[in-house]
Amino acid sequence: MGLRFPPKVLEHILSFIDSNEDRNSVSLVCKSWFETERKTRKRVFVGNCYAVSPAAVTRRFPEMRSLTLKGKPHFADYNLVPDGWGGYAWPWIEAMAAKSSSLEEIRMKRMVVTDECLEKIAASFKDFKVLVLTSCEGFSTDGIAAIAATCRNLRVLELRECIVEDLGGDWLSYFPESSTSLVSLDFSCLDSEVKISDLERLVSRSPNLKSLKLNPAVTLDGLVSLLRCAPQLTELGTGSFAAQLKPEAFSKLSEAFSNCKQLQSLSGLWDVLPEYLPALYSVCPGLTSLNLSYATVRMPDLVELLRRCSKLQKLWVMDLIEDKGLEAVASYCKELRELRVFPSEPDLDATNIPLTEQGLVFVSKGCRKLESVLYFCVQFTNAALFTIARKRPNLKCFRLCVIEPFAPDYKTNEPLDKGFKAIAEGCRDLRRLSVSGLLSDKAFKYIGKHAKKVRMLSIAFAGDSDLMLHHLLSGCQSLKKLEIRDCPFGDTALLEHAAKLETMRSLWMSSCFVSFGACKLLSQKMPRLNVEVIDEHPPESRPESSPVERIYIYRTVAGPRMDTPEFVWTIHKNPENGVSHLAIK
Amino acid sequence: MEVINGLNLKDTELRLGLPGAQEEQQQEVSCVRSNKRKNNDSKEESAPSPAKTQIVGWPPVRSNRKNNNKNVSYVKVSMDGAPYLRKIDLKMYKNYPELLKALENMFKFTVGEYSEREGYKGSGFVPTYEDKDGDWMLVGDVPWDMFSSSCQKLRIMKGSEVPPAL
Repeated sequence: MGLRFPPKVLEHILSFIDSNEDRNSVSLVCKSWFETERKTRKRVFVGNCYAVSPAAVTRRFPEMRSLTLKGKPHFADYNLVPDGWGGYAWPWIEAMAAKSSSLEEIRMKRMVVTDECLEKIAASFKDFKVLVLTSCEGFSTDGIAAIAATCRNLRVLELRECIVEDLGGDWLSYFPESSTSLVSLDFSCLDSEVKISDLERLVSRSPNLKSLKLNPAVTLDGLVSLLRCAPQLTELGTGSFAAQLKPEAFSKLSEAFSNCKQLQSLSGLWDVLPEYLPALYSVCPGLTSLNLSYATVRMPDLVELLRRCSKLQKLWVMDLIEDKGLEAVASYCKELRELRVFPSEPDLDATNIPLTEQGLVFVSKGCRKLESVLYFCVQFTNAALFTIARKRPNLKCFRLCVIEPFAPDYKTNEPLDKGFKAIAEGCRDLRRLSVSGLLSDKAFKYIGKHAKKVRMLSIAFAGDSDLMLHHLLSGCQSLKKLEIRDCPFGDTALLEHAAKLETMRSLWMSSCFVSFGACKLLSQKMPRLNVEVIDEHPPESRPESSPVERIYIYRTVAGPRMDTPEFVWTIHKNPENGVSHLAIK
Repeated sequence: MEVINGLNLKDTELRLGLPGAQEEQQQEVSCVRSNKRKNNDSKEESAPSPAKTQIVGWPPVRSNRKNNNKNVSYVKVSMDGAPYLRKIDLKMYKNYPELLKALENMFKFTVGEYSEREGYKGSGFVPTYEDKDGDWMLVGDVPWDMFSSSCQKLRIMKGSEVPPAL
């Protein structure tokens, strides 16, 4: 045989490989490479907490220092997953506390995290440094206090859009006077007021603090004094910007901002009054990221701000910016890479918003580096999609939400099939795609054929028949996550392409016409897929051909999960056992 | 392929509503097959259909983005017996009399006399609202500012439907 690397040499080589995709490939080469890789992997990513057991992960990666976990399916963000579905952090924290006590970083998304979990983290990991919770729930400010009080080397504490039981602002005072290691603090999702003097002292004794995101309860006065304590910030999330305008207040604010010479990212700005925006002008030329999506400010004021932001790479804004404002962005913000435009009135009956497809066309034409788009708009046209695809073949993420379900091209009354075909064909590097508007099965034929690198696809109110699912599951080579709601396909395509599902992380289908019988069959055919039927009514109380409300299918090596609530029906792999809740409380 | 195997999908429809909720109240459905437009139904598409139902989780924005528009404060107004809902901007009114007058004009009714003890008497119509906690309250009990910042929805109940507690 050929040469073999001594393990030490292989270890050294692997120390240069950070990407987990590469490490996964390395681990498939042979047993000894698998062994060396697993012993040297420090950052572990688990995209579905039910795909593998905590024990298996802690056993495989003894040197784990950082764990990232994701729980609920993405559509949970839009209330499509009932409360109590699952995604519990506890089994993971428990396993890590026992086996991986040198863990330093935990990042979790859409998981249920309790105060017990947070207390266990604080108590178990001596050198704990980073806690990032995104869209999590189940804990209170008491749990945060435990982290603050105990983790002596805490660098990062970020609560992003979590639902937290807010028992008051005391948690902040639990950071001991000796705590000086903070680099990033984000408590923007909490409601209660914290004591500004405590926060000022914490900020003043944290020389490495680079990112601070306040909650809306922090007033403008508070912001001013905090900025004075931390002029070195690179990322700032303001508190509420809606105090009464006093002349001295304005000039203090302006001055405080102008002293923040390193500010690159600005967010918060809840209820910002337009009169206060000029206070931000001094930082605009240096900004690379600006989140105005909570700022209810009209177009002229937005333009006045944005025309000063020549280095802007990321812009999140509401549709109050209008087409005209986006035309200005296209002309002033030539470095723009990411644009998100949110609806100011997220309602089906919203009308009179002067934001149309034209706004996105302006930006696509003017911003040559644009690669990521999220755009909410009442209606759209194929022509606009052609232009966007032609001008921006470098798009990596294209999420278009036409708010009116089944809305055709409003100029020609045709489906948007050809427009999305242009996007799929033209944007060769597209990784993430969300489609909307009136779409026939043909649209999915094009997407299946051309969207070769798309990993995540979101579909709502589209298609005509099983053909649509057939096209997607027989094409879309790189598909990992597929989420579909309110589409009229049934069982055929799903059962025909069962094998494809094992190549994907997960498939979500709700309000489609997939029957309980098909779910049973799929579950029996595919031992490494968990097929979860989420339905208030027992599936057995209806004919097997009845459609079920929601289905979540995911590949797993952990077998059926044991923590399902009453409304989640998993089908035993052994058909004699029928359907049950495998719930152990 | 429009036909759904002849099944009555209403059997499996998940409803989000109070127990015993009336038919007139908004029902949130997650299936909107009835709204599907065909290519040949061209010209009328721009007119909003009167009995629009809410769709769960649509448009796909996170709940912390909804109702955060403070300068404009549109709330839905339903009136028992009316075929569709209306919307008013609460920020347009400075006090209760202005609001009640606007509602009376919009729905062509008169609200009775308000008293703290007995609520609205005399007309059979009672204005109620849903507050931030999800509770249905009588319009007029709390100071205007408190009302306008916590009111999520308005419902004008017909006298006969009003539970004794209100």
